[in-house]
Amino acid sequence: MKVLVCISNVPDTTSKINFVEGDTRFDTNGVQFIINPNDEFGLTRAIWLQQQQQAEVTVLTVGDASCEPILRKCLAIGAQKALRIDTTATDGFAVAQEIAAHCKETSYDLIITGRESIDYNGGMVGGILTGLLGVGFVTNCISLEIENGTATLAREIDGGKENLTAQLPLVIGAQKGLVEEDDLIIPNMRGIMQARQKPLNVLAAQKNTPKSQVSKFEKPQPKGPVKLVAEDQLDELINLLHNEAKVI
Amino acid sequence: MSVLIFAEAEKGTLKKVGFEVASYGRALADLRCEPLIAVTINTNNVDALAQYGVDQIVQIQDDSLDIFSAQRYAQVIAQVAQQKAAKLVVLSSTADGRYMAPLVSVILDAGYASNVVALPSATAPLEVKRSCFTNKAFSHTTLSGETNIIGLANNSFGLHEKPSQPVIETLELTLDPDPVQSTSVEKVTGKVAIADADIVISGGRGLKGPENWHLIEDLAETLGAATACSKPVSDMGWRPHSEHVGQTGKPVASNLYIAIGVSGAIQHLAGINASKVKVVINNDPEAPFFKAADYGVVGDAFKVVPELTEKLKAFKSQTH
Ligand SMILES: Cc1cc2nc3c(=O)[nH]c(=O)nc-3n(C[C@H](O)[C@H](O)[C@H](O)COP(=O)(O)OP(=O)(O)OC[C@H]3O[C@@H](n4cnc5c(N)ncnc54)[C@H](O)[C@@H]3O)c2cc1C
Repeated sequence: MKVLVCISNVPDTTSKINFVEGDTRFDTNGVQFIINPNDEFGLTRAIWLQQQQQAEVTVLTVGDASCEPILRKCLAIGAQKALRIDTTATDGFAVAQEIAAHCKETSYDLIITGRESIDYNGGMVGGILTGLLGVGFVTNCISLEIENGTATLAREIDGGKENLTAQLPLVIGAQKGLVEEDDLIIPNMRGIMQARQKPLNVLAAQKNTPKSQVSKFEKPQPKGPVKLVAEDQLDELINLLHNEAKVI
Repeated sequence: MSVLIFAEAEKGTLKKVGFEVASYGRALADLRCEPLIAVTINTNNVDALAQYGVDQIVQIQDDSLDIFSAQRYAQVIAQVAQQKAAKLVVLSSTADGRYMAPLVSVILDAGYASNVVALPSATAPLEVKRSCFTNKAFSHTTLSGETNIIGLANNSFGLHEKPSQPVIETLELTLDPDPVQSTSVEKVTGKVAIADADIVISGGRGLKGPENWHLIEDLAETLGAATACSKPVSDMGWRPHSEHVGQTGKPVASNLYIAIGVSGAIQHLAGINASKVKVVINNDPEAPFFKAADYGVVGDAFKVVPELTEKLKAFKSQTH
């Protein structure tokens, strides 16, 4: 079984979000990049498939050379092979087109993306890739078992979960629940040393056609100070919520 | 040309997001001087869309669509868009809406922006404002498809009534099978889902243990609210994962969010910041949540929450 895990390079969750060049570009100054958390849940599930079902796990990112440290980290976590498609990730469409072009040349049984990235929150790469490849798709995926080419899955829905089955090949959108936080693999020294010997190949980009472009970023308006209500004045809190905020 | 919305239903009845998407679609159609068309699937009360300015309703009745299928629903929306020459399609940000939208965009070769929080600032080219960096920023994004799809962020536009007299038609479509089959749906009954809730009551580690969650549940029940929790609370198994909200959990965009014994870590706030009004109850006046909240009570949750619940019960019986 061949598994591809698509990895997005995103700012650490505690990063200060600032913009430069007339608010047209994210300020990467001093920002630490991490594996997109949703992708990392997917990667961990893939490593289990490798350990328990001899899956071959390849990680892939679409981006410039600055994304290579996180690919090395994925190799240290246990992926056998890393690929970088060498182009700027302009939008979700372009990224999905690049991944689809690769998947048409090298076929995979299972393709894992994150349900969304925590930077652009597009939530579209997995779905578009699916459409381009004409295969099955399950996003918000919180459980996955594979036996004899059939996947049994669950996805989170509003107010519950749905159980599903599908034949491979399949694309999933991973999130927490697929594996738990405690299951995430922290690379050890041996993994880090081995990662240096593992292949990280750079592929030339295909021709892709983005369908969106960010013209400007904006930060939310700073909000006013909190209105404090004394703990023995709770009637006042109810009054504020009812008459001022009008939410109860 | 036209603007098309998909009005989502649950068990045959339109959901509130369906009306929000219709309200947004109406305003968008007015901007473009085009008719607003709604497509519904196995929905009984389509007439209710007349409150929100829909000009035409395309009603799909097909038993094989009783169980949601992302790929088949996407085909329905795309085929109706093609038949009605809709160059703009508006979908909601429910779990199903987000699941379908990219699939629709591939069929229509359309541009797609998710998390859109306002009407476009320009329609040619189409420029939308969407939230990104998990609510820490917005981006003004130009969509360059010949057809484009807007995924409207939940609770960002609200409901705007504008009565109309829609023409209703039924349509039969031929759909390809979905390689993914649903086997069962497990819904928690008798509880408000976080995604649908106007009010969310959230508990953090400050509540000390799962045995104290009646404080959260009583308050939630009094307000008809959904219950939620911080990440460590679900990681420790005090509450189910489905209640975990924040950057790595569920997003919340309710009208009112009340956080109790939650410190307000950046990853927690990121996921709930789209809520309109935030209230914090915490015994530490230095807790970061006070910087993000609109209203706050510095106090012991074990004392404040039961008292607040009692007072709210009295308030509710008085106003209703
Ligand atoms: C990559 C990453 C992703 C993350 N994603 C999320 C996420 O999605 N959601 C999330 O919630 N967290 C997330 N976190 C964790 C986050 O950083 C915090 O650790 C977490 O939100 C803290 O949870 P808490 O507020 O319940 O607990 P604590 O930080 O321990 O806060 C408990 C609060 O309760 C108060 N308190 C104690 N006793 C009382 C009392 N008697 N009455 C009133 N108040 C009391 C304390 O003053 C304190 O402020 C993430 C972290 C990382 C690194």
